[in-house]
Amino acid sequence: MKILVCITHVPDTTSKIQFTADNTKFDTTGVQFIIGPYDDYALARAVELRDQTGGKLTVINVGESETEPTLRKALAIGADDAIRVNSNPKDSFFVSKQIAHYAKEGAYDLILMGRESIDFNGGMVHGMVGELLGMPSFSPVMKLDVDGSKVTMAREIEGGKETLEASLPLIAGCQEPIAEWKIPNMRGIMSARTKPLNVVVAVSDETQAVATSYELPPAKGAVKLIDKDNVSELVKLLKNEAKVL
Amino acid sequence: MSILVYIEQSEGKVKKTSLEAVSFASALAAQTGEGEVVAVALGSIENQELTSIGSAGATKILHAGDARLDAGLIQAHASAIAQAFSKVGAKTLILAKSSLGDAVAARLAIKLNAGLVSNVVALPDTGSGYKVKRSIFTGKAFAETKLTTENKILAVKKNSIDLKTDGNAATVEAFEVELADSDFASKITSTERATGEVLLPEADIVVSGGRGMKGAENWGMLEDLAKTLGAATGCSKPVSDIGWRPHHEHVGQTGVKVAPSLYIAIGISGAIQHLAGVNSSKCIVVINKDPEAPFFKAADYGIVGDAFEVVPKLTEALKAEL
Repeated sequence: MKILVCITHVPDTTSKIQFTADNTKFDTTGVQFIIGPYDDYALARAVELRDQTGGKLTVINVGESETEPTLRKALAIGADDAIRVNSNPKDSFFVSKQIAHYAKEGAYDLILMGRESIDFNGGMVHGMVGELLGMPSFSPVMKLDVDGSKVTMAREIEGGKETLEASLPLIAGCQEPIAEWKIPNMRGIMSARTKPLNVVVAVSDETQAVATSYELPPAKGAVKLIDKDNVSELVKLLKNEAKVL
Repeated sequence: MSILVYIEQSEGKVKKTSLEAVSFASALAAQTGEGEVVAVALGSIENQELTSIGSAGATKILHAGDARLDAGLIQAHASAIAQAFSKVGAKTLILAKSSLGDAVAARLAIKLNAGLVSNVVALPDTGSGYKVKRSIFTGKAFAETKLTTENKILAVKKNSIDLKTDGNAATVEAFEVELADSDFASKITSTERATGEVLLPEADIVVSGGRGMKGAENWGMLEDLAKTLGAATGCSKPVSDIGWRPHHEHVGQTGVKVAPSLYIAIGISGAIQHLAGVNSSKCIVVINKDPEAPFFKAADYGIVGDAFEVVPKLTEALKAEL
């Protein structure tokens, strides 16, 4: 089985979010970048499936050279090779066009990614790539087993989950608990240095919805503390001041 | 020209967030003079439920009652909505941001060659060009996004607009959808859903517990409080990881993102990953015995005290007041 996992290169979940002085760019000063946490789940499951069924696991990212350490980490976790589409990821449509092109070229049986990126939270790329390739897409998938060409999945729905059956090829946007995150071991880190990381060109320049400026929400006021022996005061404040009851 | 709204339903009931999407479309139509708001509802829905769509501002409802559309099958829903879009000659599709909504909208973006913006928090600026404000970084920032396509899709974040309730009755029209076998690329073999409870992503009030609750057996106290408030229950990641509560109750960066009017956090320290799931709440109350818990910095109201002592008292005080 040939598996493709799409990887986002995003600020660590503990990063302080700030923008450049003219509010047109994310300020990367002091920010550590990681594999998107949802993509990390998808990658972990892909490694398990590859180990179980054999075949090849490729990771892909649309980004400039600064995303290479993130791709190397994916190789250290267990991917066999990596593709970097050398371009700034301008919007979800742009990214989907690139992934669809290289996914078609590689004829993958299974395409996994996170349910959404944690920077722009779009949650669109799996659906867009699916439609571009004429492949079914599923999200958010929390369990995925492959038996021959039959795929059994659990998808989270509000207040519960549903179990689905479908056939390869397909695309899934993943979330926990599909697999446990894998921490690269020393052997993985060493071998990642020599695994192929192919840099390819962007195939289309089309965009549809590009972010032009950014802002932060207004700062939160100080907390109002209420004595633990006077909880009825809290009820009054929620009712009369916050007006949420 | 009309604005189309995709209505999501759960077991025959129209979701409140979909009514917000109708309200949003109605305000947008008034702003741009884009004509009427047409809602498209899929699957088996009770008639009285369809009425609420009119109150929120739709003048016409296309109802595709095909029971195969009851379940949220992404491909089939995308096909049905695309057919409705061309039938009414719409240029704009509005829907509620949700995991199903996003997945369906993404396929529609390609089918309709439409620019898609999700997590929209305000009506677009249509003065010159078309700019939309959306929430990014899990509620920690906003981005102004420029749409350059003729067709547009906006997925509206919960609680971004006041629900309109004074609309007129809408006409309901049966809508025949043509569905191909390829629209049913998957088969749902079983569904597990908590019944009779308030669903977490939709809830207006959420009561959440963390490790400070000390064990699954102590959740009765939180459930009592939630029941008194008509609230949904949630939990922190460690709690669902240990298995005290099911995964679908996990609130946070990699779990459910909630945007209720009131979020009550009990025995949760307030790790940044948890805050990412709750920072869109209108009002946050934190109950924690550790006065240094970081959650107090993100809270509107706080009580420093033992949950086992404070929570039952709060439930009693609420019962007396409500």
